Amino acid sequence: MVSSVPKDSQSVSELKEFYRQMVLIRKFEEAAAKAYSVGKIGGFLHLYIGQEAVGVGSIASLTPKDYIVSTYRDHGHALARGLNPKPLMAELFGKGTGISKGNGGSMHFFDRNAHFMGGHGIVGGHISLAAGIAFASKFKKEDSVTICFFGEGAANIGSFHEGLNLAAIWKLPVVFICENNHYAMGTPEYRALAVKDVSVRAYAYDIARDHIEGDEVRKVRDHVQVAVERARRGEGPTLIEVSTYRFRGHSMSDPAKYRTKEELEAYKKKDPLMRARHELELGGITTEELDKMDLEIQTQIDEAYQYAETSPEPPLSQLHKYVYAEDK
Amino acid sequence: MAILTYREALNRAMVEEMEKDPLIYLMGEEVGHYQGAYKVSQGMLDKFGEERVIDTPISENGFAGIGVGSAMVGLRPIIEFMTWNFSLVAIDQIINSAAKMNYMSGGQFPMPIVFRGAGGAGGRLGAQHSQAFESWYAHCPGLKVVCPATPKDAYGLLKSSIRDNNPTIFIESEVLYGSKGEVPEQEYTIPLGLGEIKRKGTDITLVTWSRALSFAEEAATILEKEGISVEIVDLRSLRPLDENLIYESVKKTNRALVVEEGWPVAGFGAQIAYLIQKNAFAYLDHPVERVTQMDVPMSYAANLERMSLPNALRVADTIREMLQ
Ligand SMILES: Cc1ncc(C[n+]2csc(CCOP(=O)(O)OP(=O)(O)O)c2C)c(N)n1
Repeated sequence: MVSSVPKDSQSVSELKEFYRQMVLIRKFEEAAAKAYSVGKIGGFLHLYIGQEAVGVGSIASLTPKDYIVSTYRDHGHALARGLNPKPLMAELFGKGTGISKGNGGSMHFFDRNAHFMGGHGIVGGHISLAAGIAFASKFKKEDSVTICFFGEGAANIGSFHEGLNLAAIWKLPVVFICENNHYAMGTPEYRALAVKDVSVRAYAYDIARDHIEGDEVRKVRDHVQVAVERARRGEGPTLIEVSTYRFRGHSMSDPAKYRTKEELEAYKKKDPLMRARHELELGGITTEELDKMDLEIQTQIDEAYQYAETSPEPPLSQLHKYVYAEDK
Repeated sequence: MAILTYREALNRAMVEEMEKDPLIYLMGEEVGHYQGAYKVSQGMLDKFGEERVIDTPISENGFAGIGVGSAMVGLRPIIEFMTWNFSLVAIDQIINSAAKMNYMSGGQFPMPIVFRGAGGAGGRLGAQHSQAFESWYAHCPGLKVVCPATPKDAYGLLKSSIRDNNPTIFIESEVLYGSKGEVPEQEYTIPLGLGEIKRKGTDITLVTWSRALSFAEEAATILEKEGISVEIVDLRSLRPLDENLIYESVKKTNRALVVEEGWPVAGFGAQIAYLIQKNAFAYLDHPVERVTQMDVPMSYAANLERMSLPNALRVADTIREMLQ
């Protein structure tokens, strides 16, 4: 593992915070997987485990006024945005205290105040929504930037191409982040992408591009930051491909038999959490301190689990609520 | 009262609303420099500039998504589909994004967006350009579906749709754009969900909307000469639906016929027939009937198109049979 040692106390504390967020995501999802396997969570549950550095690094480059648009694999992005794990877990449990009041579920986390603009379930459909949010920022002359996460599988759908083209011709402040985990469900990228490198599609729209490995969280942040600043300066969108890997199946119901054990093991050696931990140790943080941190996070997750479990289901009167917005 | 065309009434509604609210913009193919494929947005680019009257490339899915995303953060888009036929490539954004955003976010994201454009069947446009899709959209909770039949209604309903905080499917009748009618000079709105009795009668209730109103009126005029008195209910919006207006009329006439431009199977008329038998069964002297487009794609051939579409003669024949 080639590791970069954090050079000063500031970069140590920054990395510590990134590590904390990544562990929070990992433990949140491990708890969710447990709850799913005992039937406390229904529907689909797509885990982000293995990809944490992408969400954490990318979102670290944003300010609170910026916007995030996510997919059905949205837990990591929401937690990286700083959302409280309690209402997120409660949402998974379908409780009235959930972040979307139990109407959304795993795939549809929303938090208007945090500018967390939703997890969306139609592959690629949200890419043009993200362009629309960026359009609104430009329209209102606000300097917010929108970042939009999607998988390499989404890069083949019309909405991707239309969204990028519109964002390009109107120079919208949006950063498109393709989290290439090399599989769209059971379809490996080489069977789905005529040109494997998604980022070169930026040439088709004459926008900036970048391509990075997604196991080093500070590197992700640094690269995304450049794109966010470019967008903020009014220079238009960027397409960034971040190479990453999901350690679990596509969703909880997928045993992921389409890939080899060796491949998985090789990627696990590049686990972004392990890497950050190692770098922190090189930067002078002791194992005890890191273990203590992990434990604190575990307690936080246990509390979230407890909160979700004991929260009431939404009232039945909610069934017909929210179909239409209340009148002004 | 001014005499305006349906097209001018729509234009006036948009212009007035955009003058009042700087968050409203109009987006679509050819809405700006070309002045609108059907000239509904005539003059608007000059008035509001390229920032608010926005030409798009041909990418319905993309610009429908832009509209929805921008509505999430407070803009009030009017998205024009050149015709509703092309909305099908954007139907994912309309149904999966716009219609459900408020619900699946637990009420966090109202969706003040209007999707509008030319719809309906006819004009020898062939199978892909001649179809009425209001039943498709009326199927989906979360959407409002508005289908004005007159310039007066077009103006008042479009203003209400623009002010509404929900996604509105506003289907204009392509055939009616040039039709003329009285439009009050004074500003007014028509609440969504309020139908209107367009003609009073005693023998049968004819329920309709949009362009099919003209077949209904023509048939009623023919039948009047035979001593048959037809009451015409124009729903004006399918969602929300003015159910009581229908029932009140059926209670008086004891018969109901639905006339629509769309296909019969799972069409909106079937829903109305269900509602009438469910809620006004005791008042019915005859099963509810429907006159619709035939259950086939549209043919280009003039005679086949004529045969396929509903018309006044078919409406009149059906009513005569129902009254026997
Ligand atoms: C339009 C559409 N088609 C198919 C699906 C079913 N589906 C859900 S996720 C997925 C794979 C997407 O892969 P990718 O975009 O690479 O994202 P990843 O799951 O790897 O994060 C598929 C086929 C869907 N949700 N939407």
